[in-house]
This record gives sequence, structure tokens and C-alpha cells, in this order.
Amino acid sequence: MRTSKTKSKQKQLLIKSRTENLTTVREFVSLAVEEVNIPQDIAGDIVLAVDEACTNIIKHAYKFFPDGDITIQLKYSEKNIKVKITDHGASFSPESVPTPDLKKYFEEKRVGGLGMYLMKSLMDEVHYKSVPGKYNQVLLTKKLNSTN
Amino acid sequence: MAEFSTSIKDQGNINIVYLKGFLDAHTAPSLENTFSGLVDKGRYQIVVNFKDLAYISSAGLGVFMAFIEKIRENNGDIKLSSMSDKVFNIFDLLGFPLLYEIFKTEEEAVKKFNEIK
Repeated sequence: MRTSKTKSKQKQLLIKSRTENLTTVREFVSLAVEEVNIPQDIAGDIVLAVDEACTNIIKHAYKFFPDGDITIQLKYSEKNIKVKITDHGASFSPESVPTPDLKKYFEEKRVGGLGMYLMKSLMDEVHYKSVPGKYNQVLLTKKLNSTN
Repeated sequence: MAEFSTSIKDQGNINIVYLKGFLDAHTAPSLENTFSGLVDKGRYQIVVNFKDLAYISSAGLGVFMAFIEKIRENNGDIKLSSMSDKVFNIFDLLGFPLLYEIFKTEEEAVKKFNEIK
């Protein structure tokens, strides 16, 4: 894993696709958002959303293959925080994962799929881009102007 | 690496499970093992105390979903207690209070089991 600071308001982390690296991901995001003066609960939302995105990549894109690359780029301004997470695993179609009806979800005792729902709930925007055979990207945006 | 541990206290027919640290996709199997161990021994009345849990992601929430049906089929339950606001908010966001009883204190959760008897 390596970190770099390419611009004053952009940071990047590269990790291998292992769940043990989720701690590193959370610490990286926590430290980066500390530089923006945002409430602690908003910072916590961003940390959790990035954890969920990386967990989905490890489980579904790389299917627990431990040596895939995951790049996390975090850009922040006074208006928003954007996190771009890139992997080179199996491509993914977000349309194939419907937003769960939580009541029905519980009745059916489903276990997976909560991560994407959490990401959408915690962030203002969640966008996916997939170029099969090349890369997948998840772009998470948290707007700050209304909360800061 | 995420630090997470569980410990169990027997209190009559009720087992109190204490969670400590960070519950994510890496550490969720540890909680699965704890629940599996209790279910295998026929211990279906479970209170989970979240007092020392600093963090939970959906992988951790999924563990509760995975065991609740079997436990309730055996006239048991998983009752939750002592969550920080931060952890409760995640449970709440996903609608868990509809499915699980969540108490402010461990004692209240234990008392609820004892009332049912």
C-alpha cells in the first residue's frame, strides 16, 4: 500500500483487495476528511460509505482474490467531498441491484445487499462507471455547503 | 488490522455477548463463530451488549440477519443493548428497530427475557 498527496486537496491510497485492509481505508479517509472542517457524524458517514464500497469490490468484483488493486482518490473543496474508488475486477451493473424494500428484505431474511443501500443513504450521490475488462469506478459525493 | 473481540457471560438461560472494537467485513466471521457456538449449544436467548463497539458496517449487521430466524424458530431472540448513538444510527438507517428490540441498558434487555417466561 502507498499513499501520496498529488495536490493540496487530493489524496490517494492504493490497497490490495483484502478485508484486513479495510482498517487502512478507514484511517486514510478519517485523516483526509479531518483536514476539512466538517461535523464528526458527516465524516463518519463518508468513512462508512467508502468501507462499504471497498467491501463490495473485495467480495463481488475480486471475489476475495487477495491481490487485486483498489485505488481510492479523495478530493475535497469547501463545497463537497468526492471519493473515486477504482478496481480492475469483474464488471458490475448497479441496475441489477434494486433498492431494497427494507420491510420485504427483512421478511425474506436476505443477508447481502445492505452495503449499497447504506452507501446511497449516507452519501448525496453514488455513481458507477464500468468499462468491462478495464476498470470499474464508484464515485461517492458528499455535499458540504448545506451542512457546514 | 481491525481489532474486534467478543466475550460471553452466562446469566441463567440468557447469554450476554459483549462486542468490542470494530465490526466490519474482516471481523464479522468472528461474531458468526460466536453466534454459531451459542446456537450449537442450544443457547437461544441472547443479549448483545454494544457498549464497547466503536464501529459497525453492513457486514456486521448481516450477521444479526443471518442468525435471527433460526434463533426465533427455537423460541429465542437476539436483543440488543447499550449502543452508542453512532452505531444506533446505522441500525436505524436500515430499519433494524422494526425487527430487533433495542434497549438502553443490558439490564432492560435481560428483564424483557425474564418477563416473557
